Amino acid sequence: MATDTRVILVCSGKGGVGKTTLTANLGISLARQGISTAVLDADFGLRNLDLLLGLENRIVYTAQEVLEEECRLDQALVKHKQESNLSLLPAGNPRMLDWLKPDDMKRIVDMLKEQFNYVLIDCPAGVEDGFKNAMAACQEAIVVTNPEVSAVRDADRVIGLLNTNSIKPVQLVLNRVRPKMMASQEMLSINDVTDILALPLLGLVLEDEQVIVSTNRGEPLTLNSVNSPAAKCYINIARRLQGEDIAIINPLEENSSIGAKFRRLMQTKIF
Amino acid sequence: MTLRDIINKLLRRQPASASTARERLQLVLAHDRSDLSTELLDQMRREILEVVAKYVEIDMDEGAVSLETEDRMTALVANLPIKRTLNGQIKLIEHSDKPKESSQFTENIDSNS
Repeated sequence: MATDTRVILVCSGKGGVGKTTLTANLGISLARQGISTAVLDADFGLRNLDLLLGLENRIVYTAQEVLEEECRLDQALVKHKQESNLSLLPAGNPRMLDWLKPDDMKRIVDMLKEQFNYVLIDCPAGVEDGFKNAMAACQEAIVVTNPEVSAVRDADRVIGLLNTNSIKPVQLVLNRVRPKMMASQEMLSINDVTDILALPLLGLVLEDEQVIVSTNRGEPLTLNSVNSPAAKCYINIARRLQGEDIAIINPLEENSSIGAKFRRLMQTKIF
Repeated sequence: MTLRDIINKLLRRQPASASTARERLQLVLAHDRSDLSTELLDQMRREILEVVAKYVEIDMDEGAVSLETEDRMTALVANLPIKRTLNGQIKLIEHSDKPKESSQFTENIDSNS
C-alpha cells in the first residue's frame, strides 16, 4: 500500500490545449520509471483518455460501476498493454454528471491511493461542476496552457480557483511551443506566460506533428517514439515531478544557425 | 524594449504581435481577477472622488482610478490631483504642463475572489 501517493490534477480551463495528451504521456513516463501510476479520466462528458492510451476496446467497467458498488476497483482498472505499471480508470457514462458530487471523486481517489504512487486526474475543460468535482480530490495541480491569449486567460481563471481552494503546489506546463514564432516575437514568450500567470514552470512541450500520429495509433509518444521533440519534453516533465533537476530547454537555442543567432540578437533587451 | 522593437519603430512597422498579446492579456486579466466591470469601476471611481473631495479640493475630471496587476496581486491605483486643501492652502503648481502634485494610494484586492 502506498502511503505518500501524489494526486495531481491536470487542468487548463480551455479545451484542446493538451491536458489529455499530457496526462497520457506523463502516465507512461512515470510508469516507465517503475512507479505505479493510475490515470483517472475525470472528463465524464467527453472522455478521451482511453483513446489516447489505446485502451478503448478493453474497458469493461468504469468509475460509475465502482461508485455504485457494482464492481470492485480492480475490475474496472485497465492495465496498459505494454506498461504494466500504468492503469486507467475510465470515465463513466455522461449521465453520471447528473449525480456526481465532489465526495464521489474523493472516494474514487481514496481507493486509488491505496494501490498507486501517483494518481493523475485528467480534468474536463471549463470551470464548472466537472472541474470542481475533479479539484476536490487532488492535492496538487499542473496547469497546461498554450502561448495564446485565450488559453492563458482561461488558465488564469483556473489558477485563481486552485488558489482559493488551497491546492498547492500548482505548476505550469507550457504546451505547443513554436521556437521560430517565439524567436520572431510572434508568439508569447516563456517569460511572458510565467510572469503573467506567476507560476513555477514545470516544463514546456515543443509543437510536434508526431503527437497527432501517436494519437492516431493510440500509442503515446513516450511509449514508442521517445526521440521525438515532444516526447523528450514529456519525459523531462515526468522526471522533474520525481524531483530530478533537469534544466528547461531554451526554445530560442533549439537551433544554432546564423538566422537563429540573429533572431536572438534582435531580442536583446536594450531598455 | 528590444532591438527589434526599436527597428520596428524606426521603420514605422507594426510591433511584433507577442507584445500586443502581452499588453491585451495584462489588461483583461486585471479585470478578470478583480471581477469588476467597467461600470462598477467607474462607479467606484466616482465614489472615491466624492470621499476624497470631502477633505481636499480635487479636480473631478482629472482623477484616474485603474487596476494594475503584478504577480497575481491586483492593485487599485488612484491618481487624484489635488487643487488645494479645504483650509485654503494652495497645493497646485501654477502651470498645468508641470507635473501635478497628486495623492496616490493603492489598495490591494484579493485577486482570487
